[in-house]
Amino acid sequence: MSAQRYDVVIVGGGIMGASTAFHLRTVHGKSVALLERGFVGAGASGVNFGNVRRQGRFLPQIPLSHRSREIWGRLPELLGEDCEFLPTGGLRVAYSDADMAVLEKHVGEARDWDLHLDLLGLNAIRSRWPWLGPDVVGALMSPADGHANPRLVAPAFGRAARRAGAVIHEHCEVADIAREPTGFRVTTRTGLEVRGEVLLNSAGFWGGAIAASFGEPVPIVARGPQMAVTEPLPYFMEPVLGGVSSDIYLRQVKRGNVVYGGGLRGPVETDPPRGRPVPDLSIAQWGRVLRFVPVLAGAQVIRTWTGVEGYMDDDIPVMGESGTTPGLFHAFGFCGHGFQLGPGVGAVMAELMATGRTVTPIEPFHIRRFAHLKPARPA
Amino acid sequence: MVDPRIVIVGAGPAGTRAAETVVRHGLRPVVLDEAPQSGGQIYRRQPPGFSRDAKVLYGFEAGRAGRLHAAFDALAGKVEHHPGTLVWTVRDGAVHTAPADGGAVGRFPYDALVLATGACDRVIPFPGWTTAGVYTLGAAQVALKYQACAIGGRVVFLGTGPLLYLVAYQYAKAGAEVAAVLDTTGFAAKAMALPKLLAVLPALAKGLYYLGWLRSRGIAIHEGVVPVRVDGADAVEGVVFRSASGEERRIACDAVGFGYGLQSETQLADLAGCRFAYEPQSRQWLPEADADGRSDVAGVYLAGDGRRVRGADFAEMAGELAALAALGDRGIAVDQARMAALRRGLDRGLRWGQALQAVFPVPHHFLADLPSETVLCRCEGVTVGDARRAADDLDAREINRAKALSRIGMGRCQGRYCGLSAATILADTAGEKPETAMRIRGQAPVKPVPLRTEEAAS
Amino acid sequence: MSERGQFRRVAETGRRPVRLRVDGEAVEALDGDTVLVALLTAGRRLRDNEFERRPRAGFCLMGACQDCWIWRPDGGRVRACSTPVADGMDLLTRSPLEQWSIRAS
Repeated sequence: MSAQRYDVVIVGGGIMGASTAFHLRTVHGKSVALLERGFVGAGASGVNFGNVRRQGRFLPQIPLSHRSREIWGRLPELLGEDCEFLPTGGLRVAYSDADMAVLEKHVGEARDWDLHLDLLGLNAIRSRWPWLGPDVVGALMSPADGHANPRLVAPAFGRAARRAGAVIHEHCEVADIAREPTGFRVTTRTGLEVRGEVLLNSAGFWGGAIAASFGEPVPIVARGPQMAVTEPLPYFMEPVLGGVSSDIYLRQVKRGNVVYGGGLRGPVETDPPRGRPVPDLSIAQWGRVLRFVPVLAGAQVIRTWTGVEGYMDDDIPVMGESGTTPGLFHAFGFCGHGFQLGPGVGAVMAELMATGRTVTPIEPFHIRRFAHLKPARPA
Repeated sequence: MVDPRIVIVGAGPAGTRAAETVVRHGLRPVVLDEAPQSGGQIYRRQPPGFSRDAKVLYGFEAGRAGRLHAAFDALAGKVEHHPGTLVWTVRDGAVHTAPADGGAVGRFPYDALVLATGACDRVIPFPGWTTAGVYTLGAAQVALKYQACAIGGRVVFLGTGPLLYLVAYQYAKAGAEVAAVLDTTGFAAKAMALPKLLAVLPALAKGLYYLGWLRSRGIAIHEGVVPVRVDGADAVEGVVFRSASGEERRIACDAVGFGYGLQSETQLADLAGCRFAYEPQSRQWLPEADADGRSDVAGVYLAGDGRRVRGADFAEMAGELAALAALGDRGIAVDQARMAALRRGLDRGLRWGQALQAVFPVPHHFLADLPSETVLCRCEGVTVGDARRAADDLDAREINRAKALSRIGMGRCQGRYCGLSAATILADTAGEKPETAMRIRGQAPVKPVPLRTEEAAS
Repeated sequence: MSERGQFRRVAETGRRPVRLRVDGEAVEALDGDTVLVALLTAGRRLRDNEFERRPRAGFCLMGACQDCWIWRPDGGRVRACSTPVADGMDLLTRSPLEQWSIRAS
């Protein structure tokens, strides 16, 4: 049986893969098959915090982040739904002079990267957000940042891609990827075979294994960020909150629930993927949430969750063409900060695969930075 | 050898007998229970200062209730009993607790965990069921038994199951006004058609007795009805139903108690990692266990209605048997003959449970005819139409996918009251069998836990 | 016995009266009552559902449905069906966080 042939085969239907499929179809008119082991967007893309944040990033990532932010603002036009994206502003909160110094430094550096940040002192904070805790001494506002519902975004990209003609196979775990004279043949555990001129590895944590199978291993580990949500509360907390020295972040959805995360990441099982929150880590978050926003005392935690996220040892994702294999591209290992980037990553990867170049600089994320690592087995 | 640490969750019929069994073997178990006093829901005790006698509270079951309470009370000092304590998750060989009074969270490591988490009412949504003044049948009974209150001044009881006629009878007997009993299945006709079963099903005999008693007092009983809606904007004003002959009728009332039997409380078994299997008659996914109550997770045992709804008598046997299994598995000598006898008893329980479901079938088919604006998830306000759209437009035919995309079952109750109905709606919409929608995966906490300042438990 | 209440007492009416405040109003209950019974013998509403925006008056009475949580003025939560009344108890049927609320469009 001859396998169906596509311009691009995408392995991994998280936000990176789904967004890439969407852009390949709608911008570049390429034929696309996407293979996903579970449901599109139900892995790390669906269980993260939902931050649409640019401030505080690794600065060379800002152009990509800007490009993504522009797409976030057009989701209704592109996908037919807003995925609960709210540009409420993002607030990084300082507890000390040392924290303020970190924020001031970022303001200085970010000026060159076109980030418009407002450094706010105590009086400004008290008048705008009187419910912030007494330990807060200042904050950095990024007014056009915000948050969105991670459960909705990647599935919406997937559906839009499918409407635009992408072929999306869910519950198709990839068993084998073989190189052929022209392109790749991908076989799934369900017995499906597809061929692609070009292959995108957007398999999250498992992207590391795929890269290694092409002779370019990377230092990646799987961990589970610990997330939780409260009961619905009156809507009062407009900006997304994050700490400087306190590792905790919070956002309130318009329906009223406060979503939070941060602190130590827990262990996860990767085969099959399964993340279960660690109770002690959940408990350890409570005090930090209440130091931030004391009026949340008594609010009920109604659900906790985690998922399998891939973290690189340098906290920078892998993105771009393979260093070993023509036709192979990577976009994985987003280290828990890929959600905001997702729409932009899709646009950039589609552009790169379709045209051979991209206007957005992504050089710092290239896999060749790990070229000194010896492959376990030569490809 | 260090004594094994045995933790029992629940102090109803199964939990009580499990605790008693462990104590009898010279160990001191931890008993964690949400209620202030032992007894569970069925034998819930009235608060101190109430004076009604057991016959008034428990009727035919007064003797059993008294014996169970006495059995637990006799364990005082021999068990580490934590009443008013929620177990909010299980992970890595320990249960995690949060006391209802807001006190410090706790952690109880175990070598053996007996989950005796009981059951709650099975409901099927219908238009108006979220109106203030609509309760479960179990709630109606708790109001009377625990608080000496009727849920309204003029009450309609609706649904099916052993509780329907029992609660109506208890209300009428207590002097409350019962406006009508609306039976969705025609219990009497079914029971009469099963003369052989009657002999082994005293519940049916009791049901027929209550029904006769209610009829003799002139209380309206309608069989084979379909609920249409509850009237009233801010509180119940009446209930509309379609009679067996197909005409729509309305009964004025200020409260409705309804339900379709019981469903197992399986969330902790899920968090403990137990494997689940589909049970077609009840359309519930239930944690798997062997005849003794051993789950597939080492050290985790399941007993009582939380494993499978068989009622209080069989829950007592299951509690004892699970405890014996837990003890035996840890090298403690247990009475094998007793275990064999309990297994035989529980076998009867399985048949009894199946027979009960045959006589009181859950009317799953009501779901297909619900208007789309009917609220399905009462916590989040998700409608039947939202669920159908999730299955149709969003391709979300599996319930956790539908939860992620539509918020079904995402609220405070964790999908207890909408999950089973939602699964049937998703499957119906997709034209698939109900089990294909799977079940809502448990997520900690199994019940809400308030944010408070706590150091991580050591 | 209030004619306006949802619940009707059918027995055990000789218990000691207990006084509490609900939304600033005095409510009299009986020792041994749950908060739910105290409120529902005096009225027909416990709280409002956030999304239907209609009154709720409890549902399961056994701590399963989580539909009867109300508030203390300090933000503490009370599950009405499983919390006994006490003299001087101060309760709110709307979230004290309403004071910070901004309009959700």
